[in-house]
Amino acid sequence: MIRLVDICKAYNGKVVLDNINLEIADGETLAIIGGSGSGKSTLLRLMIGLIKPTSGQIWLGNDDIAAMNEQELDNIRLHMGMVFQYSALFDSMSVGDNVAFGLREHTDYDEEKIMNIVREKLELVGLPGTEGMMPDELSGGMKKRVSLARAIAFNPEIIFYDEPSSGLDPIMTEKIDELIISTQKKLGVTSVVVTHDMGSAVKIANRIAMIHEGELIAVDRVDRFRRINEPRVRAFLRDLYINEEAQA
Amino acid sequence: MFVRFLELIGASVLELLYFVGDVMLLFIEAVRQVPIKIRVRHVVNQMSHLGVDSLPIVSLTLTFTGMVMTLQIANEFIKMGAESTVGGIVAIAIGRELGPVLVGVVAAGRVGSAMTAEISTMKVTEQIDALRVMGTNPTGYLVVPRMLACMIMIPVLTIYGDLIGVLGGWLVAKYYAGISTYVYVDSISHYVVLKDMVGGLIKAVFFGAVTATLGCYYGMKAPDGAEGVGKATTRSVVSAIVVIFMLNVILSMFLY
Repeated sequence: MIRLVDICKAYNGKVVLDNINLEIADGETLAIIGGSGSGKSTLLRLMIGLIKPTSGQIWLGNDDIAAMNEQELDNIRLHMGMVFQYSALFDSMSVGDNVAFGLREHTDYDEEKIMNIVREKLELVGLPGTEGMMPDELSGGMKKRVSLARAIAFNPEIIFYDEPSSGLDPIMTEKIDELIISTQKKLGVTSVVVTHDMGSAVKIANRIAMIHEGELIAVDRVDRFRRINEPRVRAFLRDLYINEEAQA
Repeated sequence: MFVRFLELIGASVLELLYFVGDVMLLFIEAVRQVPIKIRVRHVVNQMSHLGVDSLPIVSLTLTFTGMVMTLQIANEFIKMGAESTVGGIVAIAIGRELGPVLVGVVAAGRVGSAMTAEISTMKVTEQIDALRVMGTNPTGYLVVPRMLACMIMIPVLTIYGDLIGVLGGWLVAKYYAGISTYVYVDSISHYVVLKDMVGGLIKAVFFGAVTATLGCYYGMKAPDGAEGVGKATTRSVVSAIVVIFMLNVILSMFLY
């Protein structure tokens, strides 16, 4: 379980996140939505320990990662995976080397076993046979999928997704959404997805949390979230209804 | 007005101290990471990139420096009847000062800038965050191999540069000033002692550490965007060259 207690984050005195309290259960998929600059990506980076909160605690099971040093965090992060907004693939390495990176760094598996895992994970994300390709030969959607293969190579318990559909066309967005759902089902991981795409959030998540100007203004199960009568939430849901009407 | 002036000086000194402290922290962190894990393949790759690829520019720089130095001193020394000292003076000047400093400057320009550009691009594209997320310390992965490669290869390049520089001096001494090969070589063996060369190599090790630390530091601290990468690269080269010149004076005081 991930538990955020009274989290505040400020940069040079400017408050980005204010008093966030949130719990994410094991095996759950939580979508964090919000407009640009609302603080949702900051929240994600806090949860994976890339930045420290100004105050508050971030509990992963029995460990408060906000109080850990970088070396302790490195050990905790082996149980996590992250899909970055722009994929963050190592551009000097092939797809196979990207996926194999964590295995080569942190295990003493022989090369044959590593390559078997790489092929298995690439197949899982629908990209079999691409291990020899370089990142600059891939489309945006393929990069996201390789990034997911890299994130799950170590069989993490939690996967964080930062804007997984950003920069993708609607068809590819749908494919990535399906991939997130199937990964969650196959691996039983806890997923935290930061997105501004309400359609994706409704489709992939069990619960949705909404951040507005650094405050957590709503968090609920998807079916109940859609009925929340809060103007800022309604404004965000408007696009969803327009899309659903168009599809109907 | 005067108070404002003092405030400006104070702010600049503070900024400089922050910078020096930050760079030292990165260096200490890199040294701390060495016993944890050395990625030999990465060190060898960096050594190849730094050493082999820098040979042409080091050859050109040191050949012409040795030549022009001999050009300037040979005729004057011949007039004073001191042609038997030309080889020794050229070798000492190159071995003690010009060899390590010029190789250091060439490395800062060629390799330090490449390090900054590469690491800052990795930072902008979140690749450094990806390293951290995968439980890999970016200092251990990115800085340590570059630092070790620089601290090994800049002295190696300095030995090569010293030889090439002395050879360039010999070309001018023999074919321009008419000093025989025997006199030139004999002068070197007469005046040059091991300490001259070893001192130069010790300097080169320090210059290697400076080049790699500043190259990586500016890469990791680069502001986002293409402009940030460009600015970081320029600052990295300028700072490394300035520090190399300053450090050279201090090291010369202690080594000779």
